[in-house]
Amino acid sequence: MVQTPIIIAEGVGKYFGDFKALTDVDLIVNQGERVVICGPSGSGKSTLIRCFNGLENHDTGRLCVDGMELREDAPGMRQLRQDVGMVFQQFNLFPHLTILENLIIGPMKVRKQSRAAAEATARKYLERVRIPEQADKRPAQLSGGQQQRVAIARALCMQPRVMLFDEPTSALDPEMIGEVLDVMVELAETGMTMVVVTHEMGFARKVADTMVFMEAGRIVEVSPPETFFTAPKSQRARVFLDQILEH
Amino acid sequence: MPSFLKRLKWADWLILIVLVGAFGYVGLRLEGTLNYTWRWELIPDYFIRYREDRQEWFANLLLQGLFATLRICIYAGILAAIFGTILGVARCAENLTIRLLARTYLELLRNIPPVVIIFIFFFFLSQQLIDALNMNAWARGIARSDSAPAWEFFFGDMRRFPSLVSGVLVLGLFQAAFVGEIVRAGIQSIPKGQFEAARAIGMSRSQEMRYIVMPQALRKVVPPMANQFISLIKDSSIISLISVQELTYKTVELVASTRLIFEAWLTTAACYFILCFGLSLLFRRLEKH
Repeated sequence: MVQTPIIIAEGVGKYFGDFKALTDVDLIVNQGERVVICGPSGSGKSTLIRCFNGLENHDTGRLCVDGMELREDAPGMRQLRQDVGMVFQQFNLFPHLTILENLIIGPMKVRKQSRAAAEATARKYLERVRIPEQADKRPAQLSGGQQQRVAIARALCMQPRVMLFDEPTSALDPEMIGEVLDVMVELAETGMTMVVVTHEMGFARKVADTMVFMEAGRIVEVSPPETFFTAPKSQRARVFLDQILEH
Repeated sequence: MPSFLKRLKWADWLILIVLVGAFGYVGLRLEGTLNYTWRWELIPDYFIRYREDRQEWFANLLLQGLFATLRICIYAGILAAIFGTILGVARCAENLTIRLLARTYLELLRNIPPVVIIFIFFFFLSQQLIDALNMNAWARGIARSDSAPAWEFFFGDMRRFPSLVSGVLVLGLFQAAFVGEIVRAGIQSIPKGQFEAARAIGMSRSQEMRYIVMPQALRKVVPPMANQFISLIKDSSIISLISVQELTYKTVELVASTRLIFEAWLTTAACYFILCFGLSLLFRRLEKH
């Protein structure tokens, strides 16, 4: 199978003031690949995937996503964001809109689709995340797990080529994590390219093609999950895994 | 005894007695030294009077003034809301020039006394605009035409239309600065995640404001906006200085022609109070729903 890279990071660095959040990050994500990024908090995982759709601008190095080089204010950044879906830790649904409106506002206003077409797509994805009956409610009336599934559907409605997940289950009550992960597993089975920042190692083991371990703004290890979970190459990854798998 | 009287402690009684005493003393002094004859019975006539010669009721000075105040406040309120929203958005703009312009406007208005601002706006803005548009001639034309009554319902005496425009412009632009601050606070109260989510689905800055941020921000600023509208009603009395014939101006006229100094001013105070307090009760009730 020919590998087409969709995200290419070369020596990417990022500062917040004097603090160096990312140092020399090299990473290639191929089309259809599922990459799970893990690491202790503050290791730069979120910053890295936020750079992938330009919510943060990297300061050094090169970052190409979907054939376009990202730069601050580069023309085409908006186009790029339409093709890169993002799911946030805090869901970030639009509270003043109904669930259905949350899903169709992007396709209608950004992609200029007709309401009928946008609604048809929206209902299809609501079906897929298993909450078609909630279409006319407001986000605040839904549980956290349902809200996050809506957020996934909202991103999918834009027909993205890559999906980024920034700790999608970290803000959820334990009993709701499963329903969100199930949806993500199904999405992975459709062949969607996914980059997921998460601490859910069970999920990672199930869907990841590649595990990325970060610490202190650097990528410490990139390996396939079989190796990563059984015999991690780096000492630090081993310590990290011991800590989170203990419980 | 009503229950609130039982809740009063001796210190509360002391305060109340001192207050009543102070007011009583001022009242007695007025009676004794000023030799003022109260003629409250004349006041109702200055609201509404029956004209024997024409056999009809007509609105006299105070009621005319009250209507004028209401008209001016409604139009100025609309102007302030529109311009203020633009200012508030401009304060949050990415473009530095736009942000600085909005900031400059606000700081000028915040650091110059309202009376001075009103004169400056009057001479340099509304007077110029009225002259440029030849509004005087136009309004006089309307006043003479057949359609005058319809116009007068909305704008009062059409011969006074330019002065109404002045008042609305001056008051609206003045209040817009404060509305702008309210709107800015509303925009900044929207969580960062909302902006990011909008951007993540590829929205432009303007789409993000229009579809995501502003609908939420405007809903949040309704209560402070309502309070600002009440401020606007109170501040509207300043525009009597540029000869806009609203309630305060009419009161000055009334005092000059009748010498009902205390009665007229107390009545006008009551009018403003009832209007503003009534609105604030109304807004508070609406807010609960």
